[in-house]
Amino acid sequence: MDYAEAKAKIVEELTKKLKTKSKFYFNDLADILGLKPREAKKLINDMVADGTLEYWSSGSTSMYGLKGTGKQAAAEHEA
Amino acid sequence: MAKHPTPLLDQLESGPWPSFVSDLKELAEHRAKTASKIEYQIPVEVVDDILGLLELTYKDGCTHWKHGGIVGVFGYGGGVIGRYCDQPEKFPGVAHFHTMRVNQPGGKFYKTEYLRQLCDLWDFRGSGITNMHGSTGDIIFLGTTTPQLEEIFYELTHKLNQDLGGSGSNLRTPSDCIGQARCEWACYDTQDLCYQLTMDYQDELHRPAFPYKMKFKFDGCPNCCVASIARADFSFIGTWRDDIKINQEAVQAYIGGELKPNAGEHSGRDWGKFDIQKEVIRLCPTQCMWMEGKKLMIDNKECNRCMHCLNVMPRALRIGDDRGLSILVGAKAPILDGAQMGSLLVPFIKVEPPYDEIKEIIEKIWDWWMEEGKNRERLGELIKRQGFQKLLEVTGIQPDPRHVKEPRSNPYIFWKEEEVEGGWTRDINEFRKHHLR
Repeated sequence: MDYAEAKAKIVEELTKKLKTKSKFYFNDLADILGLKPREAKKLINDMVADGTLEYWSSGSTSMYGLKGTGKQAAAEHEA
Repeated sequence: MAKHPTPLLDQLESGPWPSFVSDLKELAEHRAKTASKIEYQIPVEVVDDILGLLELTYKDGCTHWKHGGIVGVFGYGGGVIGRYCDQPEKFPGVAHFHTMRVNQPGGKFYKTEYLRQLCDLWDFRGSGITNMHGSTGDIIFLGTTTPQLEEIFYELTHKLNQDLGGSGSNLRTPSDCIGQARCEWACYDTQDLCYQLTMDYQDELHRPAFPYKMKFKFDGCPNCCVASIARADFSFIGTWRDDIKINQEAVQAYIGGELKPNAGEHSGRDWGKFDIQKEVIRLCPTQCMWMEGKKLMIDNKECNRCMHCLNVMPRALRIGDDRGLSILVGAKAPILDGAQMGSLLVPFIKVEPPYDEIKEIIEKIWDWWMEEGKNRERLGELIKRQGFQKLLEVTGIQPDPRHVKEPRSNPYIFWKEEEVEGGWTRDINEFRKHHLR
């Protein structure tokens, strides 16, 4: 799977789910891509680097979301 | 004059022990006094406000921190933990109060000059509040604002040659004991192995793709000063496979009182004459020691490396010469299913750079956990769910009596038909008539 195809898939699926949730586990993204975690990681890292995705962390767990989406993104930029 | 009254916190200063409340008050006063001389990059009242917020937390009986955040430094998915207060108007100094984890030096060796540089940086761009050290081992910087994160990261990496540590679903900052640098019991170079794995697994440390946290801890010997056996998904514990070396003259010197047991550690009180039977031999958990006349004997094959005899008589007993490490997996703290200690996976492996054999085991387990682990499932929980035998299959390690705690109490070794010479004699269909799935 090339990068453009992977990105389009991720953006489409995550946008569809935006009404119910904005943060996703890494394995959710790997499942969307239908790839093994190590192969998916390279593509997902690139999506973070180019600003498509962003990390969210509670401190103990990390999740991914489309950049700028979710309630928290807005709240974090208030201050 | 304190910005917020803190009657509840003040009680925490009343005991005989050192109080973090007193430390915070001192720091708050210091920041207020030096505000005209130092151009603090985050609000001067940050420490006053953390005291006020904590007082409110005690009063309300609930936290006033929001959950997590999206902040970080470019290219890293860990090392920064976003913290936001839900009362920013009352406590503007802690509206942003992000944590930064700094990867501690191996064995936590550092010069005072290095600590001063870190503290100067943190006083200037953060709250000045640190945690030395977090339970993962990191040097923890508590409390800064979003615009300072990249600035601090730049200073750390470019001027102090210092990286951030791990947080979230990453490999956490690997942590080791002082090892061969100072300790006679270290069976391998903990700092070298810790450093090499830290460098080799940079991607795993900084870019989260695991189901949950993953910890490496390195103990040079079974005394386990880093407590890896209780806390780490992978514990690397030094051991030896030949015999404990005995200096019989030194044994007699302990018995005769010329040498103090435990290197004089308990000399503050008179415990009477050293009694080797009572204080060493009878305390051996496997009962593998005895005296033959004036000679101390050890049945080494029964020794389970409890280290007690070596700790009591360090001049008489020494670790063996054929040294390496044991790998235990799956320890964790009690979030789900209670706390778990590590389970022995590799009884003995030589520790030789570039550590390919060790890395091979790590990577096989990671591949399994990344594919099969549920979200927020630690390795120890996956082992419990799918079975230790599955772990043996994915690592290609043969079952060994040392994997079994007691006969018939660890029923996880199941034979497959192809593994049994001659196959099965039972008919599965007949069996299923009486034993439903």
